[in-house]
Amino acid sequence: APAYHLILEGILILWIVRLLFSKTYKLQERSDLTLKEKEELIEEWQPEPLVPSVPEDHPALNYNIVSGPPTHIITVNGKECINFASFNFLGLLNNEKVKSAAQASLKKYGVGTCGPRGFYGTFDVHLELEERLAKFMRTEEAIIYSYGFATIASAIPAYSKRGDIVFVDEAACFAIQKGLQASRSNIKLFKHNDMADLERLLKEQETEDQKNPRKARVTRRFIVVEGLYMNTGDICPLPELIKLKYKYKVRIFLEESLSFGVLGEHGRGITEHFGINIDDIDLISANMENSLASIGGFCCGRSFIIDHQRLSGQGYCFSASLPPLLAAAAIEALNIMEDNPDIFQTLRTKCERIHKALQGISGLKVVGESFSPALHLQLEESCGSRENDVKLLKRVVDYCMNSGIALTQAHYLEKEEKCLPPPSIRVVITVEQTEQELDKAASLLKEAAQSVLN
Amino acid sequence: NHIIHNGGLYKRPFNEAFEETPMLVAVLTYVGYGVLTLFGYLRDFMRQWKIEKCQNATEREEQKDFVPLYQDFENFYNRNLYMRIRDSWNRPICSVPGAKVDMMERVSHDYNWTFTYTGRVIKDIINMGSYNYLGFAQKTGPCQEAAAKVLSQYGAGVCSTRQEMGNLDKHEELEKLVARFLGVESAMAYGMGFATNSMNIPALVGKGCLILSDELNHASLVLGARLSGATIRIFKHNNMQSLEKLLKDAIVHGQPRTRRPWKKILILVEGIYSMEGSIVRLPEVIALKKKYKSYLYLDEAHSIGALGPSGRGVVDYFGLNPEDVDVMMGTFTKSFGAAGGYIGGKKELIDYLRTYSHSAAYATSMSPPVVEQIITSVKCIMGEDGTTIGEARVQQLAENTRYFRRRLKEMGFIIYGNEDSPVVPLMLYMPAKIGAFGREMLKRNIGVVVVGFPATPIIESRARFCLSAAHTKEMLDTALKEINEVGDLLQLKYSRRRLVPLLDRPFDETTYEETED
Repeated sequence: APAYHLILEGILILWIVRLLFSKTYKLQERSDLTLKEKEELIEEWQPEPLVPSVPEDHPALNYNIVSGPPTHIITVNGKECINFASFNFLGLLNNEKVKSAAQASLKKYGVGTCGPRGFYGTFDVHLELEERLAKFMRTEEAIIYSYGFATIASAIPAYSKRGDIVFVDEAACFAIQKGLQASRSNIKLFKHNDMADLERLLKEQETEDQKNPRKARVTRRFIVVEGLYMNTGDICPLPELIKLKYKYKVRIFLEESLSFGVLGEHGRGITEHFGINIDDIDLISANMENSLASIGGFCCGRSFIIDHQRLSGQGYCFSASLPPLLAAAAIEALNIMEDNPDIFQTLRTKCERIHKALQGISGLKVVGESFSPALHLQLEESCGSRENDVKLLKRVVDYCMNSGIALTQAHYLEKEEKCLPPPSIRVVITVEQTEQELDKAASLLKEAAQSVLN
Repeated sequence: NHIIHNGGLYKRPFNEAFEETPMLVAVLTYVGYGVLTLFGYLRDFMRQWKIEKCQNATEREEQKDFVPLYQDFENFYNRNLYMRIRDSWNRPICSVPGAKVDMMERVSHDYNWTFTYTGRVIKDIINMGSYNYLGFAQKTGPCQEAAAKVLSQYGAGVCSTRQEMGNLDKHEELEKLVARFLGVESAMAYGMGFATNSMNIPALVGKGCLILSDELNHASLVLGARLSGATIRIFKHNNMQSLEKLLKDAIVHGQPRTRRPWKKILILVEGIYSMEGSIVRLPEVIALKKKYKSYLYLDEAHSIGALGPSGRGVVDYFGLNPEDVDVMMGTFTKSFGAAGGYIGGKKELIDYLRTYSHSAAYATSMSPPVVEQIITSVKCIMGEDGTTIGEARVQQLAENTRYFRRRLKEMGFIIYGNEDSPVVPLMLYMPAKIGAFGREMLKRNIGVVVVGFPATPIIESRARFCLSAAHTKEMLDTALKEINEVGDLLQLKYSRRRLVPLLDRPFDETTYEETED
């Protein structure tokens, strides 16, 4: 063998021996400070206080205290009022049949379930409720969560992961925003109910895909919309969304917290309202805290999609299951909804009545569809800062409360919302309100607006 | 007996042990998983080539050209390993989850792909799986009666958020009572324990803050920490040297790259870790927290009501001052037989949370009968209902814990965790024994919980017993007899009675950092 070969190999072997016997070194060189300097730094460091102090008169600090049940006639801060603030759309909060079903369940199971669904927390009531909801919504399967907020916030991260793309409406509610944040996907906001804007974003995404087809083949895409938006009171144009879905191959997640039990001939939500085949929507999520007057939430859809959440929905696997008495109350509420399909039309008539009656109040404008049971009243002209707007609206609300109509402002976390809606008064219509009460509320609001805003 | 003499911080012996996995068992476990994986590949291959029928649900015909919703590999574990022993979980019950429970019998004719209910009910199974530490899961008694009265008066739901129209007088009453029970200035209650963590940690810390979280923290704490946007660093489980090193490094070096000082440092620990059965070394953590001026968030999901001479949790157990813990969080699901969570602390903290917590602004408030159940059970534990039932239950639980753990250790099983923790993990290790243990115990009318990957490291699967004050000595003896039998049958008695001394656990220098971009 040539000499240089041997020499090279010799050097290589010596180098390996050296590496084997040299000390390992830490990657982060941080030994520039002496021990004394470190101790001084530790002494000097002052953290911020754990929480900043909150001024005593902060509007969100002092809650209204409701004594007694929050039903049609509600006692707020000691005053008896007619309830125009609780989302009790079908009036089932005080229903005797619902209460007695819950009582029977309480006598059989006690209150809590003492465990998550996987560890002896699955009761036959849960299985029955899931079956009933799936049958009612005419889907294959349904899954129940024990908390309404956690429903959509756990469902989205179960499917959409880092690298996936989600197109979401600007006016989406906070629970959806938290679900999107937990999923770490790319979020693309489109203007509220603006299908042209959404199509533009989808087209942009398509051109991106053509540049990198391999990545495009594994990037999942979703559109997240609400049936009836909580923040604006209007509905999403579902037929156009379905067309976009098939054109650009995007899946649709529909959040129906407000529209379940309100829209549609039998209360099945916005799919029934528009007459769309429910299998076209990949996932429908709703909470049972509005129309069903219980606690918790559910997701329904095809088994292919829903079954996945049983192992990867965080709010399902790592949390205790719904107390059986609340599940029994929800089943009874479903029974009532199925037996009395005419309440939905009654609710819609009342909504239209008050929507018309609230038009033309000087200084306040009505925001929301005519058949939406949750409307907003916003100031026509803002007085400069959000704080002053909130104070002004509070005076209107207080005037109404003193005269016997319980209203509330819509509360938001101002720093956390992506697109903060303007301050507004929430008006909620329920089936239990009589026509005189609706007229009284409308005229009282007119009076309040007159006296406060002029 | 291993007692830490850390300047006399501990007033009682702290006995925690995690016996090392025997080498042969570890090797056999890996071999077991290897065989299962090979068979998994074989079955997948047969399913792909249609030799075997695919029983998974599939995508719609109209959407077959969409991007697939799940990656094939993600579900490999699910299809081939989890599916074989799926009957150990999600067992449906049809009675109150007390010391004895009735279970609906279900059979599977196609190897666990689908279940059918035979209609029969298996009665009086000894329940060692439900989190019923103080036995408040009852269908009769003062708690249930009070809850029934409130249900008929208030109804089941609330239909509004706390900040709007959902704040009932019952909620105010509950919060004052919880504050008194814990010994803090003020408290706030939420509808779901998981959501308490995931919605309030983001309200407390944000970008520019540091979170030091234990290795084995619960998913809700991890999610809350991630959603907050703060930097997260993980210290080894219950290891105080690791925590001190992280604290020192954080303060001395500041934020990565910019070197600015951190705004705040928050330490996240749990009272009892539910998979290990270990108790947090609270005196040392508080000493460290005071020395380095950081804040402590203590999640007492499993320890409230279950530890301490008067049932007030891990702070009571160590005899410390509740004011030393900045944020005391806990849940009502376990020891109080209800649902929901709470946070207790100084008045400024609770005022801040009432204004800025995500849950107060957007989530429906707690259901009134559930609130009443908590109020009655807390009063019972405190002794304010005029009886000594609460005190008796707390003592009964402590006795049950000591007795059960001692007997199991004597039999020769490997039991993890602290001597005083009512959560008892019994090591199984091998994948086949997970399913076998659950089924054999059910045949003998005892319901147990088995856990495997991914809730635990892959070779450390275990069975977890949750003791309750409602378990009588006869029930425990029956259970112990059956566990002994099954242990001999499945050869589970791995212990070589060689407890690893606590101080010898090696500490290595690697730290983990997770940043949110």
